[in-house]
Amino acid sequence: MDSKFFLYKKKFISAIMMSLTFVAALVAIVPLVLIFYYTISKGITYLNFSFFTAMPKPVGELGGGMANAIVGTLILIGIGGSIGVPVGIMTGIYLSEFGKNKFGNIVRFLTDVLSGIPSIVVGVVAYTLVVVPMKHFSAFAGGIALGILMIPTIIRTTEEMLKLVPHTLREGGLALGIPKWKTTINIVLRTAWKGIATGVLLGLSRAAGETAPLLFTALGNRFWSTNIGQPIASLTVYIYDYAKSPFEDWNQQAWTAALVLIMLISILSLLFRIVTRSKYKMN
Amino acid sequence: MDIKLSIKNLDAYYGKNKVLNNISIDIPRNKVIAIIGPSGCGKSTFVRCLNRMHEVVGGTIKGSIELDGKEITNVDPVLIRKKMGMVFQKPNPFPSMSVFNNVASGLKLNGFGRKKDMAQVVEKCLKQAALWDEVKDHLNQGGMELSGGQQQRLCIARALAVNPEVLLMDEPASALDPISTTKIEDLIFDLKKNYTIIIVTHNMQQAARVSDYTAFFYVGDLIEYNETQKIFTIPDKKQTEDYVRGRFG
Repeated sequence: MDSKFFLYKKKFISAIMMSLTFVAALVAIVPLVLIFYYTISKGITYLNFSFFTAMPKPVGELGGGMANAIVGTLILIGIGGSIGVPVGIMTGIYLSEFGKNKFGNIVRFLTDVLSGIPSIVVGVVAYTLVVVPMKHFSAFAGGIALGILMIPTIIRTTEEMLKLVPHTLREGGLALGIPKWKTTINIVLRTAWKGIATGVLLGLSRAAGETAPLLFTALGNRFWSTNIGQPIASLTVYIYDYAKSPFEDWNQQAWTAALVLIMLISILSLLFRIVTRSKYKMN
Repeated sequence: MDIKLSIKNLDAYYGKNKVLNNISIDIPRNKVIAIIGPSGCGKSTFVRCLNRMHEVVGGTIKGSIELDGKEITNVDPVLIRKKMGMVFQKPNPFPSMSVFNNVASGLKLNGFGRKKDMAQVVEKCLKQAALWDEVKDHLNQGGMELSGGQQQRLCIARALAVNPEVLLMDEPASALDPISTTKIEDLIFDLKKNYTIIIVTHNMQQAARVSDYTAFFYVGDLIEYNETQKIFTIPDKKQTEDYVRGRFG
C-alpha cells in the first residue's frame, strides 16, 4: 500500500511541475502573440499595394505609402551588412582558428563589451565620426552605425559555429596536404556555414529594427532618395515619428509600417534559409 | 632492405613535456609496419611526427626523418603531407561534400585535376578502397550518409586520391564493427603492393594479421622493432613478451 502511495505522490508532484513549466511557456509566448495580433490587426487596414509603391502624403491628406522608407531600410541594412558581415565573419574566423592568444582574448572581451553598448551610444559615435565631418546627415552614417551594431553578434556566432566543427575535420584537410587557409575556407567554413548564416541574419534583423542610432545619423527623409550621401528614410524612424504624431491616420500607418518591417525580416529569414539549405545530411 | 623512411634520434615534445625519446626506426618500402603499445606510449604521436601533424597541435620535434633519403623535418609540411596520406581513428569525411567530392577534395583543393580526369581518379581510388561497388550509384550523396565502416573506407579513398607514397593509419578500425574491420584489414593487404603502410593499433591480433614488421613502444621509448612473426613468437625483450602475451598494458 505504502509503495502505491509514494508512486501516486511522485506522479502528482511530477504533474504539478510539468504544468508549472507549461504555464511558464505560455506566459513567455503571450507577449509574442500580442505583438503579432496587434501589428497584424491594426496594420492590415492600411496594408495595400500602394503602401509599397506610393510616397508619404503631406499632413492632412489621407493615404499614401512608405516606398521611400522600405527602400531606405533596405539600403541602410545593405550598407550596414557590407561593413558588418565581412568584418564580423572574418573576425570570427580569426578568433576561432588563430585566436588562442592574448590578442584574441582582448578582441573577445571587447566584442562582449561592444555587444552590451546601447545602440544610441553607437549612434552618437557615428554622428561624431561621420555626420560632423561631413556636415550633414546621411544614409552612409546610418549604415555605419548599423554595421557596428551587427559586428558583435556576427563575430560571436561565427566563432561559436566554427568551434562546433570537429577538430578532426581540420586535421583531415591538413593531412591531405591542403594549406591551412584553404582548409579553413573550403572545409571548416563550409561545414559551419548554416550556423554562421543564422548569425548574419540575426545581426541584419537587429539592425533593421534599430531606431535610436538612425535618429541622428540617417535622420529620415520625407522624399524619395537612394543617395547614400543624403539623409534617408527608414521604416523604424517612420514608426517612431508616426506613432507619436497626433494624427489618427499616421498612427494607423505606423502600425502598417511595423507590420511591413516584420514581413521584411521574415522574408529575409526565409531567403537565408533557402540559400543556405544544406545539400547533405550533416551528421 | 629497401628503406622508405628512415627515422633517427627522434624526440617529440608537447611544450616542455617529452613524449618520445630518441626513436630510431628504418621503415622498408611497400611493407606494413604495426606500431603497438599501451595507451599514452606515444604511438599516435610517432605517426603524427612523420606527416608533421604533430606541430598542428603545438608539438615540437628534434631529430631527423628521411623520406627516400631526403630530410623532411625542414620542408614545408604541406609538401610532406601530400606524400604521406593519413587515416584517422574516427572516420572524418567532410560533411559539406558529396561522396565524390570527398574523394576529389585533396586534388580539387590542391588545384590539380581537370574534371574529366577527376572522375577516373575518384573511381580508381574508391575501387582501391573497396568501396566502389557500394557507392557507385550514390556518388552525389553526402559523405556523412554512409555507414561508419563505409565512411572510413571513404577516408582511405580520399587519402589515396592525392597519390601518396606512405599511408599512415592511426587505429583505423578501432571505431568499427568486426565486419568493417575485416574489410579494412583486407584492404591493407592489397594496398601494401603500392604503398608503405604504418598502422597504429591497440589490437594485437590485428597487428599480427596485417603487418610485416612490428614496433613496440612503451612510455615514449621504442622497446623493440622487428619482424612481426618474431615479435609475436620469440621477442628479444621481456617487456615485449609480457605485452604481446597480454600480461600488462
